[in-house]
Amino acid sequence: MNKLTSRIDKERLFLGLAAPVLAVVAALVVTAMVILATGKNPGPAFNDMLTYGFASDSQVYILNKATTYYLAGVSVAIGFRMNLFNIGVDGQYRLAAFFAAVLGGALTVPGWLAVPLILICAMATGALWAAIAGILKVTRGVSEVISTIMLNSIATAIIAYLLQPGKLAQLQQGGTVVATKPLPSSSHFFGINTGPAGDLWGFIFVAVAVGIAYWFVLGRTRFGYDLRTVGQSESAAAASGVSVKKMIATSMIISGAVAGLIGMPTLLNDSYQFSSDFPTGIGFTGIAIALLGRNNPIGIALGALLWGFLERTTNHLEFQGYDKEILGVIQGVIVLCVVIAYEVVRRYGLKRQQQKVGAELAAQAAATTKKQEVA
Amino acid sequence: MRRVAKLSAACFATAALAITATACGSTSSDNNSSSSSSGGGKGVKIGLAYDVGGRGDRSFNDSAARGADKAEKEFGGSIKELTAKTSDTEADREQRLSDLAEAGYNPIVAVGYSYAPAVTKMAAKYPKTSFGIVDSVVEGKNVNSITFTEEQGSYLAGVAAALKTKKDHVGFIGGVDNPLIKKFEAGYTQGVHDTNPKVKVDVQYLTHGQDTSGFSSPDKGQQAAQGMLDNGADVVYTAAGSSGNGAIEAVHGAKGAWAIGVDSDQYNIPGLAQYKSAILTSMVKNVDVGVYDFIKSVKDGKPLAGNNVYSLAKGGVSLATSGGFINDIQPKLDAAKQKIIAGQIKVKTTP
Repeated sequence: MNKLTSRIDKERLFLGLAAPVLAVVAALVVTAMVILATGKNPGPAFNDMLTYGFASDSQVYILNKATTYYLAGVSVAIGFRMNLFNIGVDGQYRLAAFFAAVLGGALTVPGWLAVPLILICAMATGALWAAIAGILKVTRGVSEVISTIMLNSIATAIIAYLLQPGKLAQLQQGGTVVATKPLPSSSHFFGINTGPAGDLWGFIFVAVAVGIAYWFVLGRTRFGYDLRTVGQSESAAAASGVSVKKMIATSMIISGAVAGLIGMPTLLNDSYQFSSDFPTGIGFTGIAIALLGRNNPIGIALGALLWGFLERTTNHLEFQGYDKEILGVIQGVIVLCVVIAYEVVRRYGLKRQQQKVGAELAAQAAATTKKQEVA
Repeated sequence: MRRVAKLSAACFATAALAITATACGSTSSDNNSSSSSSGGGKGVKIGLAYDVGGRGDRSFNDSAARGADKAEKEFGGSIKELTAKTSDTEADREQRLSDLAEAGYNPIVAVGYSYAPAVTKMAAKYPKTSFGIVDSVVEGKNVNSITFTEEQGSYLAGVAAALKTKKDHVGFIGGVDNPLIKKFEAGYTQGVHDTNPKVKVDVQYLTHGQDTSGFSSPDKGQQAAQGMLDNGADVVYTAAGSSGNGAIEAVHGAKGAWAIGVDSDQYNIPGLAQYKSAILTSMVKNVDVGVYDFIKSVKDGKPLAGNNVYSLAKGGVSLATSGGFINDIQPKLDAAKQKIIAGQIKVKTTP
């Protein structure tokens, strides 16, 4: 019996790994064809990506980027597990980062108190912003896709309104950059100095902690079980005594709270202020990464690292004379391939299962007929 | 069992990462150092880091590109161009500049104010490289800050608008409501009101704050211009990158209305040739002159540094005369220009 379970697990593992590997390989093939079509040789391009991507300063860059992307991926994945499509992560993190930056700039308390306050402010803002969509869905049946997209635009407008000199921001550098008041240096998050390779953001540990919490809450608690049940079948969950509405609102709020953390590595480890050129669009990157990682805490981490690796190396490809659009092509193709590959692998797995069950049933049937014959 | 498999996968992944991290102790610049000296050849190696949009935006970035092209033609050498993405973080902008510096490009021109913090850092890291930054001011011995007095040029555009309007009603369309574009608005409005206080100025920004699509959405420009025309305005000044193309198209469709272009002399832009009969003038911002001057100074061994303000007096900003539509009011424009240069008129930088 023990042997049997281990065999099935191996197959599960194989099937689980097959899809992403298939997707990445297919993406590489398509990318190579695209580079060939532009009249260039893909060989040196991939070679350059590898040597450049594995240099130590590139690795620090990738880990720093992946920290942000991982939080985005987890935030989206919480919604996904619940069958909620939280497109509003983008607005949630920007609004959260903005208010956190305003608070951080105004605080004069010591760092050990300021940093948690900034984090709480960010998570609360993200959660509140997401709660609007959650409550609308629960009480009025508004699709969260529509409401979160609209809330993204509203968030942009609110930030634009408040990020003005004389409101919550000030003019800087030759009068062309508007930014919130910079955080005092005591409120900076710790970083790890790796010498010439640059600073590794200490926020990576927070990201890891969030990943562990995500894995534990969803996989090991009653709440996580309820959440996954609602995601798989609302009626079944309701029948087994789970309050579906409460779960929808709660998971939206948690997703928003994690979204609030997305801007924090940049704010606390890098920019120390919110200016008009604070990175945008990471919420959408998070959707791609959650898809790539299959909502699995480790999968999302690998997806985030892959994304960071691609950005770092394709930045350098542009330098080598390849077209800068190649990054978009690779990322787009990977996401498409992932969706297709998972479906292909799922069907293949289903077929294998059916065959196996069929074979076992046939064997059983054969055994019984044999017995009957003997009897 | 499943748990064990997952755990082992996790261990494997972290171990693999740790190995690559330790095995590759060298930074990318160490890897590059052998190749950086090759490929240079004669002349200046010009590094250009564009803002979002890059070469081909018919406006701001293109103007910088023209300056670099001119320098390349005259001095020989090569241009390396890198372009920003909207999802950029500080790290990306720094990487772009340090890649150029590592490969021996000198000078390096950062086009756009968003490069300011990155230039500050990289100029300190590569003290032997000359950096230029457009539209912002960065301290540093090896940094040339190229800025323009957009408000002065816009003032003249306002004077022209006030003299040309028949309905005493003009409009201003800004791409994004950032401080830079507000300089355009401030100068324009002041120019209009100083010339004729009765003229009404409609002001509209296409997008706000972080949404920078207002610089690259001709459809938004067209809608905004159409709205102003329907509202009774008959001269529309647009400072909105490629969105201005849409505004000019809309103005061309209305009889007797004028458009005022921006950054480049838009009367002479081939892509806008069919609408040029409606382009009264353009507030030209000579980014190309600033970029060219800087490259030339580096080539001559005396790199410019500090804040070089390209003002109306120095020809950094001007009104284009192509088409001859403003010939009749030229004396009045010249008078206004002289007053600004002499300091009799102080143009505001904020509306």
